Amino acid sequence: MKKQLYVLRDILGTNQKVAAEIKAACEERGILVLNLMSSPGAGKTTLLEKLAERLAGRHRMAVIEGDIETERDAERIRAKGVPAWQITTGGACHLEARMIARVLPEVSPDIDFLFIENVGNLVCPAGYDLGERLRIVLLSSPEGDDKPKKYPKAFLTAQVLVITKSDLFPHLPFDVERAKSEALELNPGLQVFVISALTGEGLDDLTAFLVASREALRAGHA
Amino acid sequence: MHELSVVASLVETIEALAGEHKAKSVTGVWIKVGPLSGVVPELLESAFEMYRKGTIVESARLSIEKTPLRAVCRACRVETERTDYAPDCPACGSTDLEIAGGTDLILERIELETDEPVSPAQ
Ligand SMILES: Nc1nc2c(ncn2[C@@H]2O[C@H](COP(=O)(O)OP(=O)(O)OP(=O)(O)O)[C@@H](O)[C@H]2O)c(=O)[nH]1
Ligand SMILES: [Mg+2]
Ligand SMILES: [Zn+2]
Ligand SMILES: [Zn+2]
Repeated sequence: MKKQLYVLRDILGTNQKVAAEIKAACEERGILVLNLMSSPGAGKTTLLEKLAERLAGRHRMAVIEGDIETERDAERIRAKGVPAWQITTGGACHLEARMIARVLPEVSPDIDFLFIENVGNLVCPAGYDLGERLRIVLLSSPEGDDKPKKYPKAFLTAQVLVITKSDLFPHLPFDVERAKSEALELNPGLQVFVISALTGEGLDDLTAFLVASREALRAGHA
Repeated sequence: MHELSVVASLVETIEALAGEHKAKSVTGVWIKVGPLSGVVPELLESAFEMYRKGTIVESARLSIEKTPLRAVCRACRVETERTDYAPDCPACGSTDLEIAGGTDLILERIELETDEPVSPAQ
């Protein structure tokens, strides 16, 4: 006997559900969860190294690193005195909430920030919520200022855009205003920061924003 | 791309539903895919072909409906619906578009083969 069943369910609904659990568990403890995504080499790990220096002493952070292979990025973070877990996806092009949920019991509950560095890929990670409160998309100047409209989903779903490697602007045909306006046309609510890990430009502003976001989270859950 | 992992989630959901409804097999699967879903319908079909063997959807027919996104041009206010993503307004060429929807990746309906007579919906 045949039977029609109307389901109307998000195909990635199981991911969504796990992500919601992660979000609730972390936010209850006042932990700000951030999901960093970009194409390979845009500067995610370098930014995390710089943030580790800036937050040291005043705030506690932990990092979950997602890569297809190698423990390298987690080692770079540990070298900064920050606890880091490496997830190697063995080929998968994005992190999924279940991968985070598996690591989470090992992460100290007494932290302020949990940064998740996604697999270097500007397309696939955007489809998977990891329980983050802030999704940060990085765009490095060598990639070109036309990328937001070519890879719209990451820019549409992020709350923060970080344009990286500003020290290279003089050497590249990169128009930072065009990059910003393309991204803002897609998503007028984006918070935009322009940084250089090399010169330190913009890092104070970004750090202050992250600290304020975490304070707002804690105030909301007080 | 990750069509295979999307198909894995899809089949996991369908297996759970089929279990709840004591189905012997699933004969049809209807899904909706938007242009900003992050998956390509054609690749989803191939992934489904690869993955189906030995699962509850082994002999199911897969129907994919492409759903549109809505774009409203902030320059000329023309509204368009399209099933592919394009960064500019078809009327005036402006790239300043307000995009709504398009991220659908939805399991809409399945057809089950059961032993039992149809019971009231639960
Ligand atoms: N000039 C310049 N180079 C930078 C900056 N930030 C990072 N880099 C360089 O860019 C390269 C890639 O940086 P990573 O931080 O490893 O990039 P990633 O996004 O973590 O890369 P994946 O994890 O492989 O996706 C390294 O050689 C960095 O030294 C910057 O602000 N300016
Ligand atoms: Mg890295
Ligand atoms: Zn992918
Ligand atoms: Zn127009």
